[in-house]
Amino acid sequence: MNERHVDLEILRYDPETDEEPAFQTYRVPCQEDWVVLDAVNYVKDVLDRTLSYRWSCHMAVCGSCGMMINGEPMLSCKAFVRDMPDRIRIEPLANFPIERDLVVVTDDFMDKLASVKPYLIPREEKAIEDGAHVQTPAQLKKFKQYTLCINCTLCYAACPQYAHDQNFTGPAALALAHRYNLDSQDVGRGAREDVVASNAGIWECSFVGACSDVCPHEVDPAGAIQQTKIASTVDYFMGLLTPERDR
Amino acid sequence: MEFVQYHPTGLPGTGILITEGSRGEGGILVNKDGYRYLQDYGLGPPDPWPRNKAMELGPRDRLSQAFWHENQKGRTIDTPHGDVVHLDLRHLGEKRIDECLPMIRDLATSYVGVDPVHAPIPVRPVVHYTMGGIDTDIDAKTRIEGLFAAGECACVSINGANRLGSNSLTELLVFGARAGLGAARLAEAEVSHADEAAIREQAAAGDRVGRLFRNTGGGESVAGLRREMNATMESGAGIYRTEESLSRSCAVMNDIRRRYADVVLEDKSNVYNTDLIQALELDAMIDIAGAVIVSALARRESRGAHQRLDHERRDDEAYLKHSLAHYVAGEDPTIDYRDVVITRSEPGERVYGGAHK
Repeated sequence: MNERHVDLEILRYDPETDEEPAFQTYRVPCQEDWVVLDAVNYVKDVLDRTLSYRWSCHMAVCGSCGMMINGEPMLSCKAFVRDMPDRIRIEPLANFPIERDLVVVTDDFMDKLASVKPYLIPREEKAIEDGAHVQTPAQLKKFKQYTLCINCTLCYAACPQYAHDQNFTGPAALALAHRYNLDSQDVGRGAREDVVASNAGIWECSFVGACSDVCPHEVDPAGAIQQTKIASTVDYFMGLLTPERDR
Repeated sequence: MEFVQYHPTGLPGTGILITEGSRGEGGILVNKDGYRYLQDYGLGPPDPWPRNKAMELGPRDRLSQAFWHENQKGRTIDTPHGDVVHLDLRHLGEKRIDECLPMIRDLATSYVGVDPVHAPIPVRPVVHYTMGGIDTDIDAKTRIEGLFAAGECACVSINGANRLGSNSLTELLVFGARAGLGAARLAEAEVSHADEAAIREQAAAGDRVGRLFRNTGGGESVAGLRREMNATMESGAGIYRTEESLSRSCAVMNDIRRRYADVVLEDKSNVYNTDLIQALELDAMIDIAGAVIVSALARRESRGAHQRLDHERRDDEAYLKHSLAHYVAGEDPTIDYRDVVITRSEPGERVYGGAHK
């Protein structure tokens, strides 16, 4: 199998010993079918065991190996070395604090996910004896795309609004709220409105669309946010016209 | 622990799974001659297809075993990442593939450079799921007071010697919920009390980490030992086993366990130290590998994912039992047994292919 030597410039940072992050370069013999994660694993296994990064599935499902690769947020398990130049610059995902090397602190993202009440809020509880919850394929199709999110946070690393203001609820969390709002089994749109339509919610999005460009599963959070803006506006005016209406 | 499921259709090299759904839609498995070889292994006749419990929709253990036999007969295809057979979806057409199997098209195109619309996908059995695990009851309780387990790490015994696809969802959603609720109930009900024995055990565990940090001699590498472990488990305790192959792997694993004492951490940081995490994981995997081998050696029969070339028949008389492996520090685990409780489904002959209809 053909080997090609690639220089990986990896941003290193250990808060115990380093004043600030600095690049370290590793020369890696890469095979033709390798992804960047394979090259990083080579560094870890052969060249330098002190390198820290997250990864698990190696098939773009778990969402844990996101990195800035030549300035672009990507899943390193889906970024093929064959598509890259001979020098590859690898940094932790932008817009997050660095915990260590390529590992970022995702607490803010996790809090934001929870803030949109990402679970079904049913009209009424249904006992197990009352049978299954029925949903037609057409009803499922309305929101299925938004269930495909793997929480990889690439969209937060790409989002200029989140870079500008960390209070912004952000693409994945707003798309997730939209997923539940569109679910025929859910009546929680009103309960989510406090966060979704707040001054940190949908209206802060300037529709650059970078989130949808980098999404590895084509969830299209930008589209979700624009649809939510319309739904929220309709809700607002309906509320003015019929104040007693239950949202 | 001797029951380890091979998924019959993973991509060579990466082991990425090509879902059963692609065979459910009508994908066929063929050997290097383009022949649907599963009909030679009690899974035929090939037509009509697809139909349940026949040919490509046979159970995972049988399909993986059929691959092994084809490989022995020299009818598989040689690639740089090992021998493969072909999963052919071409007859489904582009529209159906895009509609029903978009992720499969994406994975195959990206990772092996094969567009299933135009070419068959190279696949081979890959290690997939451990049916055994930490012994739990129906409430996900383990034998250790206050410790609950759910998911692949646990064995609540909804899988037998083989496992049906998607059963992991039940393990996670049903028993995960039971574990969480049970743990919460216990935490609410129990007045916490100082358990001296438990505190001493925790202190010993802390010392295990300290010892790894302090170790300077030897210079064994985690990655090196892990590779050797993978190789010996695949060759000696894989799809087919024998007394001889298992004994050989047992000796290798004992050697690896001894050498583990010489693992040296390069990374001494207290922050997100994955060198330490991988060393601890390897330690645990060495114990698990030991449990797989020793329970497989003791089970002198063939059942589901445990196939012994030297004991080819299933023996319900002697082995309709759960193997229980008990940890012994620094040595092979000891094995004893618990009877399988039969409720609604009596164990029967496993017949596939529709010959019984």
